[in-house]
Amino acid sequence: MLEKIKERYTYSAILLRELVITDFKLRYQSSILGYVWSLLRPLALFIILYFVFVKFLRVGESIEHFPVYLLLGIVIWNYFSEVTNNGVSAIVSRGDLLRKLNFPKYVIILAGSFSALINLGLNFLVVIMFAVYNDVSLMSSIIWLPVLVIELFIFSLSMAFLLGALFVKIRDVNYIWEVIMQGAFYATPILYPISIIPELAQKILILNPMAQIIQDIRYVAITHESATIGTVYGNEWMRLVPLGIVALITVVAITYFRAQSKHFAEEV
Amino acid sequence: MSDTAIKVDKVYKRFKLPHEKITSIKTLFTQGFRRKKGYEVQHALEDISFEIKKGEFFGIVGRNGSGKSTLLKMLAGIYQPTKGSIRTEGKLVPFIELGVGFNPELTGRENVYLNGALLGFSKKEIDAMYDDIVAFAELERFMDQKLKNYSSGMQVRLAFSVATRAKADVLLIDEVLAVGDADFQRKCYDYFKKLKKTDTTIVFVTHDMNAVKTFCDRAMLIENGEITSYGKVDDVADDYLRLFSGDSKATTKSTVKRWGSGDIKIENIELKASNLEITIDVSLSAPRTSIEEFVVGYNFRNSDGTMIMGGNNLNAISGAGKLSLQKHSHKKLTFTTPNFLGTGEYSLDVIVRDVNTTIFDKWEGAANLKVTKSESYYPTVAYATVKSMEVTPKHE
Repeated sequence: MLEKIKERYTYSAILLRELVITDFKLRYQSSILGYVWSLLRPLALFIILYFVFVKFLRVGESIEHFPVYLLLGIVIWNYFSEVTNNGVSAIVSRGDLLRKLNFPKYVIILAGSFSALINLGLNFLVVIMFAVYNDVSLMSSIIWLPVLVIELFIFSLSMAFLLGALFVKIRDVNYIWEVIMQGAFYATPILYPISIIPELAQKILILNPMAQIIQDIRYVAITHESATIGTVYGNEWMRLVPLGIVALITVVAITYFRAQSKHFAEEV
Repeated sequence: MSDTAIKVDKVYKRFKLPHEKITSIKTLFTQGFRRKKGYEVQHALEDISFEIKKGEFFGIVGRNGSGKSTLLKMLAGIYQPTKGSIRTEGKLVPFIELGVGFNPELTGRENVYLNGALLGFSKKEIDAMYDDIVAFAELERFMDQKLKNYSSGMQVRLAFSVATRAKADVLLIDEVLAVGDADFQRKCYDYFKKLKKTDTTIVFVTHDMNAVKTFCDRAMLIENGEITSYGKVDDVADDYLRLFSGDSKATTKSTVKRWGSGDIKIENIELKASNLEITIDVSLSAPRTSIEEFVVGYNFRNSDGTMIMGGNNLNAISGAGKLSLQKHSHKKLTFTTPNFLGTGEYSLDVIVRDVNTTIFDKWEGAANLKVTKSESYYPTVAYATVKSMEVTPKHE
């Protein structure tokens, strides 16, 4: 029994590794700058948003190190967006493989999630460079960073599982998700400090796990001026709400994906 | 531990084939609520039960669309049975098709690692056998080229070379012989011979009766989703071939072009055919004079009028000898010839002439023959005969 479980997971691990490597090789394969693009893309977006929001609209003057704060938010959001967007089509686009081979389906989603995680790591390097340049001081609260990244990883992955499985059944999901992501980008305090919107709106928006994660990572890594659930509500117990949302989505996603994955081969 | 490797018990597989698949919200709203029966149920497999013993080389044969590949996919766990159970024991390699997961944008080398991973090999394991794989595929010079620049034959060789490394208790092999040239097929045969010596259980789906007879210990035939023959390899292969024997259809043609001197008249031509054999009955009479010697021949022409196959009473192995016909008498000739015709439509001409070239009677397009052979199955024994029979004249 134990042998069999081990065998199963060894296979998954081998597959996972190979799929992540392949994904990375293929990503920037025929471009001249190659991997540099995974750094250049968020940087370009950052430069645009920096000029629009920081220089012209003068948002965020109240927050120290705002440019780094802005870049970090964008990088985290990009990760979430990459994982979920890949997740939507991941299963359907591997239809050919699914119809010919029996392998653990979750590996497909997991592989996409890991290659995005590698990307996130590279992007964090850029953030660190900016932080050093901006004289951001290293705070002891940084030890919480891994915990928050794990939360981000789990939340993004769960959404990817859910979307990927749903897309097999309903092919509208990708369009719906695109619209949701566009709205959510502005509903999440990425470009603006959450303090500039009405208090009621703050209280609602901060409960979104992505808002909570972004604000918390900024809090532990860059500046304690980043508003977190604790500061918005004045009550640390409210943290349980986004955590609860993440847990709920994870359970629903895993259950649904497991139930559906048996029939992927017939439905894609 | 029993000695059964695979046990399939009363398995049914049905596919719901939607007439219009509800894959978008709009169709869900416009059609979903009407609850019209929006799909058709296709019974892919019906009540399938069989067992495969450990170490057995088991063949599954059947026509295209008979359900054999669906069955193999269920054995591999890719499809779930609608009803019934499938139990497999030991590690199973779902080597369903060659080159699964091959990516044209990757190099040959990268594809070996990817394909190997899908078969369950770690990087280390592939490192160890990489040189052998490449040597076996005879692609040493091409490994750093992208797969999209390979010919299809090269791709198959590479895929097969990786696939033959698969180690498992149960191997599932689907129609690998259908691809590749003679050289590749020989390699396949060698590989199967080697496999047969090991105690690996093999489930083998193919159209190649030769391979089934050579390698399989037992086999089964699936027809329309049901097992119609099961057990001894020779019986199953014969039953399979019989499926195709009824596929040559002869029909009489209404528009016959006919000419000749009329010294001998063709009364009637009857064509019967199977995929193995063609029989032509020709009834003759001499209405005016007695004929010392004459020749009867036939031709099959294909749709562009090219003559494909023919014969006459002189070139038949067991001939009827010299043919003659008394005044007012009747004669019936029966030509039998192996059906060497491939898939296509043919029309039959029958010619009665004297030993020189005077044509007594010629029917052009006397009958039509439609041959459907889903693979190159031709009769193995070459023979052709003609039988001659005196017929008592009918009173007209």
